[in-house]
Amino acid sequence: MYLYDEFDRTLLTERVSEFRGQVARRLSGELTEDEFKSLRLMNGVYLQLHAYMLRIAIPYGTLSAVQMRRLAHVARKYDRGYGHFTTRQNIQFNWIKLAQLPDAMADLADAGLHGMQTSGNCVRNITTDQWAGVAPDEIEDPRVWAELIRQHVTLHPEFSFLPRKFKIAVGASDHDRAALRIHDLALRMHKNGAGEAGFEVMVGGGLGRTPFIAKTIKQFLPVRDVLTYIEAVLRLYNQYGRRDNIYKARIKILVHDKGGEQFGKEVDAEWQNIKDGSLALDKDVIADIATRFQYPDYEKLLDNPPELKAAQADARFATWHANSVSRHKQSGYAIVTLSLKPIGKPTGDCTADQMDKIADIADRYSYSEIRVGHEQNLVLPQVAQRDLPEVFKALDAIGVATPNVNQISDIIACPGLDYCSLANARAIPVAQEISKRFAEPNLAKSLNRLHVNISGCINACGHHHVGHIGILGVEKNGEEFYQISIGGKADENAQLGTLLGPAVPYDDVVDAVEDLAEAYLALRERPDELFIDTFKRVGVEPFKERVYATR
Amino acid sequence: MTSPLQQKIKIAGPSVVTANRLGDGAVVYRTARHQWTTDIADAAVVSNATAATELLTPAKADGINAVDVYVAPVKLEDDRILPGNLREQIRMRGPTIELPYSYGA
Ligand code: SF4
Repeated sequence: MYLYDEFDRTLLTERVSEFRGQVARRLSGELTEDEFKSLRLMNGVYLQLHAYMLRIAIPYGTLSAVQMRRLAHVARKYDRGYGHFTTRQNIQFNWIKLAQLPDAMADLADAGLHGMQTSGNCVRNITTDQWAGVAPDEIEDPRVWAELIRQHVTLHPEFSFLPRKFKIAVGASDHDRAALRIHDLALRMHKNGAGEAGFEVMVGGGLGRTPFIAKTIKQFLPVRDVLTYIEAVLRLYNQYGRRDNIYKARIKILVHDKGGEQFGKEVDAEWQNIKDGSLALDKDVIADIATRFQYPDYEKLLDNPPELKAAQADARFATWHANSVSRHKQSGYAIVTLSLKPIGKPTGDCTADQMDKIADIADRYSYSEIRVGHEQNLVLPQVAQRDLPEVFKALDAIGVATPNVNQISDIIACPGLDYCSLANARAIPVAQEISKRFAEPNLAKSLNRLHVNISGCINACGHHHVGHIGILGVEKNGEEFYQISIGGKADENAQLGTLLGPAVPYDDVVDAVEDLAEAYLALRERPDELFIDTFKRVGVEPFKERVYATR
Repeated sequence: MTSPLQQKIKIAGPSVVTANRLGDGAVVYRTARHQWTTDIADAAVVSNATAATELLTPAKADGINAVDVYVAPVKLEDDRILPGNLREQIRMRGPTIELPYSYGA
């Protein structure tokens, strides 16, 4: 866990009291909506279709049990008893009243939680691998770097009024679980020939109206240079980003216009001026941040203990274990994914009662640690394998043990038209219907890893461009239609999906997805060839034929 | 995608002026007496741009009670005023899905 210091606490307390004054002045009419809007957005407060929404940052997706309980408390006291985990490792409450927001924020601040950097044209909440610190294939804990960057950019005046929002992600494993290449800037830790750790720097990724996969502008950046190099990128962006046109203002447009190589050269030139300045990191600073991440005192345990072997006789446990439990860096321990995708229910939602129970389970079995992943699931990162049978029972009892992780019903979906004022079409009911259609566990399992991502508009919060099957809601003459693309992926070989053909109406979407699944089953060469690999081998045409044959 | 908040006044049929209440974001409609109501049945229905502007201008000026004020389409059926599209239906009735918990609604 990360230990907050006095500086963090003071910052949050001051922020809450400042916001309390702003809300009071808005309610009395002293501030107009125009004046107030940017102030509320700076604290993560949006106005949605039917209420205010409060977005709370969960830096690098790490939550303590205490923080989870606090989220439950806020859900219960100020909202309607649930929250929604987003693709940016944040949580949103959908029904908060303006007058109560300062109290809700004060309660959150007590647990180190806030809404800063969840909105506006600043560096947003920094995301990372939900398995950070426990992944067996990791070089070192990427959260240390995410935290260093967070401390540098939070409320930094130069980065508070960028041309547009700026999203940073950090990863340190071979396998990318943080969708690095769809971020404005991403750092991937790896080792050079001399065995030293450093970062590959990628810029200009992003989805939305003009999607791009990030380009590598530096193959190996020594760790001491992380802040200076990011500063150079942001300076260039601040200077040349298209402030004149909101649709062209993200850094991806600048990088694309200049070309990755040229952009990299210009960053390098800027960087030479500041490289050895005060932001160059010395070992003590890095070590100081690293010491604030506390790791459990792991017991010396063996893999596959007798309790686990015995439990495998129970078919339900065995199915869940095979699907939702992953290898930990420490022998005898496991990483457990909690599916927030129960069949037929909204994706990523979690009730206050579930949050409280998850906090209890984390206290008892995961050293009080919980993680949030960009796929809108939760993780217990520190579970002893001998405890897995008990953990399964506890999670199953509260409905977060659906064994569908990475399967077709583990859908990423944005709030869409059910909540969002920018939406063209609904996303949640589409996800619910797809998950019901593929509810039969053997059918879902036979489809292997298959990611379906749904967005309710071109802003792409549901990452539809990088879904194996991507679904985008559009509006045609007042009706909901959905464009379907296939072949996208967000991992280390990230690529954008290919559009299948004309959009289909709401009532046809689930049938079209079923057509795609059937086409895949017929086309694959082997039972273990993944949908995405079949697509790579045969291209879009055979899928297209299948979907449009009868439409 | 153009948000209704940025629209020019173009009226294709019966319309109302709607907004979100400042205090809690609840959906409200403008009445003929230039008040706000949460009940669409009490909304003033306009059917041309002049009448819409007359209803909209003071509504927009009332920044202390409501925000994000705009003109939205409605359908008139048997003297009932119904939201004119899915977005407006959802604003009026809430999400089309069952909420995880519905207490406090
Ligand atoms: S993708 Fe569009 S509809 Fe979905 S949450 Fe983002 S802005 Fe709203």
